Amino acid sequence: MVASVAPAVIAPRARVVPTGRLAVWGGFALVLAVAPLIFPSGLGVSMLSQVGIAIVACLSYNMLLGQGGMLSFGHAVYTGLGTFVAVHALLGIGDGSVPIPVSLVPFVGGVAGMFFAVLLGYVTTKKAGTPFAMITLGLGELVTAMSLMIPEFFGGEGGISANRTVGKPFMGITFGPQIQVYYLLAIYTLACTAAMYAFTRTPLGRMLNAVRDNPERVEFIGYSTQRVRYLSFIIAGFFAGVAGGMYALNFEIATAEVVGAGRSGAYLFFTFLGGATFFFGPIIGGILMILGFALFSELTKAWQLYLGLIFMFMVMYAPGGIASLIMMNVRIARYKKLHRLWGWYAMLTATALLMLAGLAGLIELVYHLQLAETTGSTVRYLGMTLDTHSAASWLGALVVAALGFAAFEFVRRRFALEWGRIQGEIEATMAFKEPNSPVPEGGEAAAREATRGAP
Amino acid sequence: MEFFTISMLNGLSYGLLLFMLSSGLTLIFSMMGVLNFAHASFYMIGAYIAYSIAKVTGFWPGLVIAPIVVGAIGAIFERLCLRRVHKFGHVPELLITFGLSFVIIELVLLIWGRTAVEFPPPEVLRGPAFTLINSSVTGLQLVAGAAPAAMCTAADAAVRVVCSPFPATRGFMMLVALAMLVALWLLLTRTRVGLVIQSALTHPEMVESLGHNVPRVFMLVFGAGAALAGLAGVIGGTTFVTEPAMAATVGSVIFVVVVVGGMGSLAGAFVASLLIGILQTFAVALDYSLASVFRSAGISLTSDNSLLKLTISQVAPILPYLLLVLILIFRPKGLLGTREG
Repeated sequence: MVASVAPAVIAPRARVVPTGRLAVWGGFALVLAVAPLIFPSGLGVSMLSQVGIAIVACLSYNMLLGQGGMLSFGHAVYTGLGTFVAVHALLGIGDGSVPIPVSLVPFVGGVAGMFFAVLLGYVTTKKAGTPFAMITLGLGELVTAMSLMIPEFFGGEGGISANRTVGKPFMGITFGPQIQVYYLLAIYTLACTAAMYAFTRTPLGRMLNAVRDNPERVEFIGYSTQRVRYLSFIIAGFFAGVAGGMYALNFEIATAEVVGAGRSGAYLFFTFLGGATFFFGPIIGGILMILGFALFSELTKAWQLYLGLIFMFMVMYAPGGIASLIMMNVRIARYKKLHRLWGWYAMLTATALLMLAGLAGLIELVYHLQLAETTGSTVRYLGMTLDTHSAASWLGALVVAALGFAAFEFVRRRFALEWGRIQGEIEATMAFKEPNSPVPEGGEAAAREATRGAP
Repeated sequence: MEFFTISMLNGLSYGLLLFMLSSGLTLIFSMMGVLNFAHASFYMIGAYIAYSIAKVTGFWPGLVIAPIVVGAIGAIFERLCLRRVHKFGHVPELLITFGLSFVIIELVLLIWGRTAVEFPPPEVLRGPAFTLINSSVTGLQLVAGAAPAAMCTAADAAVRVVCSPFPATRGFMMLVALAMLVALWLLLTRTRVGLVIQSALTHPEMVESLGHNVPRVFMLVFGAGAALAGLAGVIGGTTFVTEPAMAATVGSVIFVVVVVGGMGSLAGAFVASLLIGILQTFAVALDYSLASVFRSAGISLTSDNSLLKLTISQVAPILPYLLLVLILIFRPKGLLGTREG
């Protein structure tokens, strides 16, 4: 009897090919495959390789921040130690003491990251929330300081370097040319992204979300929040280590900087900017990170100041990051109301640009005064020539900034009203369509969550 | 003996400086549940603002004005930014102070440049407060101010004389910190505002329904905490170096202090500050390594391992973090903490 009932229960879950999901993953793989054909220059391929590394690192960071609510200030410890061990593995392959192919070096980094996460994570995950953040900070400092104390392993100030072309060529692949490294890293990026997405669907991944949202209740139904955090931390450590190993292959060098607080801060920064509440947010974050480090730093010397200001602005107005902004608009588009916002977006962008232009003019003037006074008093800015000695330049920038701010604030208030109206209409439509609405899909619920704090 | 006394005093003064920082941090944390990541940045701008004021008016007005300015900046930040993200929860609160610390460092680089600035202590505080003279003939002597050169050089080669001066800035640091400690204690326990603050720590809703403006109390506490950090910055800036890295050097240590002392416990912060101050000062002065210990025990090592050759002074920077790890394993509440995080 029982046996005959069981299939009937399982039957409704017959396999449906998830075309939408397949399309997304296929698209991602396609983008990774054709990207170097679009940017075939040396710089392009090198940056694409770095983007792959950053994506894996930010995704692994988001396993803690977004999925577990654990704000870590020491994630570079795991990526960095992964890099160091991977470089040692490369050296070992070179002298024949480590019998593995070069293509498995990122995996070695992952195992190293996992090992250190097992070791240090036990102390770290004893706490959650703010104490967790402080402990990760302390451990990060500890490892950074230690890295300069043990030159045998860390190579002191100069770091250690290795050669990635030491392995036997396999079907002509030597990992000498950057493009070969890129494709290896792309495979790792794809595999790690898929694995981390799969993790969010496992019982452990789900429990991790529960621990983030309501730890008391999780304890009450019999789970140990500490163990859930610890296990997730170990898995995040593994993927962080893979990112570190990818870094080792790409740069062939590991210095003390790779475990430093600056790098940990960068992971936090860009994961958050990309959006911690959605799985794909850190992918955006990783791309922004490399663009930021490579391009913006060329554009202006004050780029870190702009970055800090943007970050504060995002925390206050869009705590879900860029991903949540995208998803909110996707939701509005789904209800065919997006056309009402285009005008507002155009006006917001125009006034924001005006404000930024003025503000940036001021910042560039001050920066020039501070850092490059010897090269003359003039600054090239937006096709104009500003002079740090002329009052007109300062006053002009100030007036533009003030006008821009006033206009932006004026538009923003009216936009917020319109935004609220649209959200209200959508809620009403939803309530009308489905009086007993079923459990909403994850993305939708999160989007609604995020809209509350929006403008 | 004179080594011990001077190191102890140095350690105490450094510990008291740490307490000036961690007291504000603890107060803000226990009240608002916000870990102010930018606390050390307030310390830094305190030093820089005092430096700018001191160039115009001299040191003493700077000592008073700079903390007030920093306190005002802190209060404005709380009102405009922190209060806005309060409804999103603790992680965004921590993130916005993290963002602020980033912006402040960049602004300091922008305004005052990348290199250390010259911020000397005032005339009165230059030179030693007193000098300990240890002579193998006359024993230990204490001389106020700098000791005359004649007392520090032995006429006879067989007599060993060691002079250890104690800097006046360090003494001043202790004095200010102790005065601040007493003032803070009196404020919290003896005044009306202090009682409101204390009750808002545990029962904010009740205090609010009794007609007190709790958000404004939060703003004042945040401003006051920032002002304390600013005051510590003025003193720390003259005693040590005023440079853009000064926030980072002290920043992570005060977080260790707060965890080791127990989150939200002022007394714990005090004990932990002194403990870490003394620990670090002594460690910096000691020159022993594992290898030298083995050697004195009669075991000669042929290994060239750098771990064995590390002296205690070299590992001094990591001692606070090791203490942190040990405390977390053996006493997760912290030394005097009452709550499990």
